[in-house]
Amino acid sequence: MARAVKTRTRIGYSIAAWTVALIIFFPILYTVITSFKSEQEAIAGFDLIPSLTLESYKAVQTQNDYFRPFVNSVILALGSTVLALIVAIPAAWAMAFSPTKRTKDILMWMLSTKMMPAVAVLVPIYLIFLRTGLMDTRTGLVIILMLMNLPIVIWMLYTYFREIPGEILEAARMDGASLRDEIVHVLTPMAIPGIASTMLLNVILAWNEAFWTIQLTTTNAAPLSAFIASFSSPQGLFWAKLSAASTMAIAPILIMGWFSQKQLVRGLTFGAVK
Amino acid sequence: MTGKTLRALMGASAMTALAAPVMAETLTIATVNNGDMIRMQQMTAPFTEANPDIELEWVTLEENILRERVTTDIATNGGQYDVLTIGTYEVPIWAKQEWLAPLEMPAEYDVDDLLPAVREALSVDGTLYAAPFYGESAMVMYRTDLVEAAGVEMPDSPTWDDIKAAAEAMTDKDAEIYGICLRGKPGWGENMAMLTAMANSYGARWFDTDWQPQFDSEEWKTALTDYLDLMNNYGPPGASSNGFNENLSLFQQGKCGMWIDATVAASFVTDPEDSTVADSVGFAQFPNKDGVDNHGNWLWAWSLAIPASSQQQDAAKKFVAWATGKEYTAAVAEAEGWRAAPPGTRTSLYENAEYQEAAPFAEMTLKSMNAANTQKSSVQDIPYTGGQFVAIPEFQGIGTAVGQTFSAALAGQMSADDALNAAQSNVTREMTRAGYIK
Amino acid sequence: MATRQTQSLARLMRAPAIILLLIWMLVPLGMTLYYSFLNYNLLNPTGTSWAGWFNYRYFYTDPAFFEAVGNTLVLVLGVLTITVVLGTAIAMLIDKPIFGQGIVRILIISPFFVMPPVAALIWKNMIMHPSYGVFADLAKFFGQAPIDWFAQYPLTSIIIIVAWQWLPFATLILLTALQSLDGEQMEAAEMDGAGAVSRFIHLTLPHLARAMTVVILIQTIFLLGIYAEILVTTNGGPGNASTNLTYLIYRAARLNFDIGGAAAGGIIAVILANFVAIFLMRAVGRNLD
Repeated sequence: MARAVKTRTRIGYSIAAWTVALIIFFPILYTVITSFKSEQEAIAGFDLIPSLTLESYKAVQTQNDYFRPFVNSVILALGSTVLALIVAIPAAWAMAFSPTKRTKDILMWMLSTKMMPAVAVLVPIYLIFLRTGLMDTRTGLVIILMLMNLPIVIWMLYTYFREIPGEILEAARMDGASLRDEIVHVLTPMAIPGIASTMLLNVILAWNEAFWTIQLTTTNAAPLSAFIASFSSPQGLFWAKLSAASTMAIAPILIMGWFSQKQLVRGLTFGAVK
Repeated sequence: MTGKTLRALMGASAMTALAAPVMAETLTIATVNNGDMIRMQQMTAPFTEANPDIELEWVTLEENILRERVTTDIATNGGQYDVLTIGTYEVPIWAKQEWLAPLEMPAEYDVDDLLPAVREALSVDGTLYAAPFYGESAMVMYRTDLVEAAGVEMPDSPTWDDIKAAAEAMTDKDAEIYGICLRGKPGWGENMAMLTAMANSYGARWFDTDWQPQFDSEEWKTALTDYLDLMNNYGPPGASSNGFNENLSLFQQGKCGMWIDATVAASFVTDPEDSTVADSVGFAQFPNKDGVDNHGNWLWAWSLAIPASSQQQDAAKKFVAWATGKEYTAAVAEAEGWRAAPPGTRTSLYENAEYQEAAPFAEMTLKSMNAANTQKSSVQDIPYTGGQFVAIPEFQGIGTAVGQTFSAALAGQMSADDALNAAQSNVTREMTRAGYIK
Repeated sequence: MATRQTQSLARLMRAPAIILLLIWMLVPLGMTLYYSFLNYNLLNPTGTSWAGWFNYRYFYTDPAFFEAVGNTLVLVLGVLTITVVLGTAIAMLIDKPIFGQGIVRILIISPFFVMPPVAALIWKNMIMHPSYGVFADLAKFFGQAPIDWFAQYPLTSIIIIVAWQWLPFATLILLTALQSLDGEQMEAAEMDGAGAVSRFIHLTLPHLARAMTVVILIQTIFLLGIYAEILVTTNGGPGNASTNLTYLIYRAARLNFDIGGAAAGGIIAVILANFVAIFLMRAVGRNLD
């Protein structure tokens, strides 16, 4: 009897959860479906079964090559993430394990640097980029994206490291472990899930950045955000083409997100769980 | 220090480039994502074959982002682009700042063939600073079948009263047919292009000769009130977010009885592949208010210009001459038919019998373009040039701010009077700041 | 001995990040501060001159200024409310035993991966468009007149879009917190006859408080800087109905090319944002210790 009720409740919960999930996912799903429609079909009214034409993808590809911006997006997202981690891991580590009175203030200050509206500093940065030859280079953008996300990365790592119990460190020290052993054998294994999810979050944020990546590039370093900017409001019928371009721009990161969902979730706590 | 070293390095590399002229040059071309521009990207084979040492790199962006990007670059002397796609609004302003390289075209380019109104709009003191890729004025496009069914007449040169009567007769909201579609999306190049031209045809002006804004004038009031009446009674839903592209889709879907907009749209609405109403479109001149001798004076040309900061002036000039030359027009005609030829730049196109045959809109387009007077767009005295815009650097900002206000009026969030008052005080504020109003 | 060594090592490890962020903050901030006192329009570079406080006065006397501050608050609070409330509900739902839990989770977190301009384009053209959008199709199906979202409810439309983007983030963090909730305690409370509502109020909510704080803090930082969604959909209009502070600065910088004015706006925005940050830390920061 009890079991029957349980199954029934489970079905009830499942129906509710699936309904919510499908509603939330619907805009993306509908975009993907529309990308396989012809332009005439795309505006003909609600219809979930496309004619599966690749017309729009072909049109998008002939108008703007997808490959180069795609490669640029990958390089920018990964490059800025690696760079951010190199800078952030030691800092977060130090803040977590030898906190000073000002550690919290420094963290808050770091977060507050993110509140400066980017557009207000565009001209100074543009001039700096021109003078230093960083304009339209991937190096320049990797640096900018790294700096943009650094506060969040440090904070996320800090909250994660802080949860590693200090007793383990002390025990290791008692056993005569050197600082190097301590880091390599004791702490790193425990920290990897946190670092992994920080990395994922940073890749997502860097991939989706669409101000600096458009303003500071022309051709060589332009990523998918610039690719999308050439489809946002062209002449005539464009719903299917826009859907195709959108699908192409978000598919890589979406698929990466799906595969790494578990890792992302495990570390995405920002110290929210004690 | 670094700046100096880098500049020295760059100077050195520029010299090596000069010493080795055989090296391939790369032209970076910034362009807007309009259909004609995208077609051009696909048709560059003849050019690259004739110039194997020139490589073309395209930066295609949506109009507003494009404008932001190229303005920042040219104003900071960035030199990121070798060819820019800009309009008749930017050309005189930028040329005066000496940001654009003057264009001296070879004899075979036949500068005298350019439509006089367009050539004038792209020149400063007689020197050409940009070459027109395609040009447009504005006119009425209407559905001949609906006009007939509704039993109204559409004269070749209608007044706004004629337009209103036709819109009323054609509207059938249950069938999703709206008598008139006009731009409502805020922006100096969107709803304000339409409203400025419409105000011109009502005898209004933006500024008096002391640069005092004139939104408190009777002419503006009548123009805006009539616009709102037309759109509220006979316009499509969501008109306040419709720009050129949105209206084009609506018209192609057969949802508009009339559409008053850029002449360049004519070739899209008569394209049987994209338009469901291709064979029943008629054309008429931009309307005027009864008794006002002014048909809006709308004139625009998407043009190619070369920034003074470009390192590859000669190659860029070659490309501009090719892309806006007669050969390219002929190539498009051969590939896609004469109807698709870039319109509104050359007299020879309109004298071409094949074009006249293929493009039913040719005559009205030429008539509208020749009638556009951008040197004096209002019947009253004015201190500025420009047709559906005011050719001062501040216009982008104030035009868009006023456009927001009028768009809010269209969305029903404020009355016409409130919108005009807000526009008046806002523009006064901006013009005072910019130093026009002493 | 060991401690002092660790201390100086720690300082060394912190230094690069702090120095980098200092440069990243001070150089642009310094330049912005400098520009904010200049009459500097990109379109008229020769007319550059010292402006004193004029840019600041000009920015805050803009009739749109207070409306923009109000809109910024409505936008941030609206999105926070929606994401926290719905996020909690959804987190509790998918924490229950359900069929296909993995796929449900994947579907729910997906919006987080979508680029802001793409999200805005999708919602504008595919969902909320008054002629071709899904909402319009729905309205027609039920015999209603389609709503013109961006004209009639501009700020609400933007709140919906942004909330859709951030809902996954809130849900995820709240879900992780929920999973660490002590099951035995829950069962004990249930045995004692505590109803679902009372269990939620006395056990679940306090347990989630910390996670909610994190959600609010991080989202606020990102939400204050929203402009791409506005640029793509309403351009801040109609009128100024959907102009927030960041968009107002965007307008000065990218439409008027008024570098001085935009810089002054930027400084004002930073000051206001820091007020919000201080307020936030006072109000919810205690939860973070």
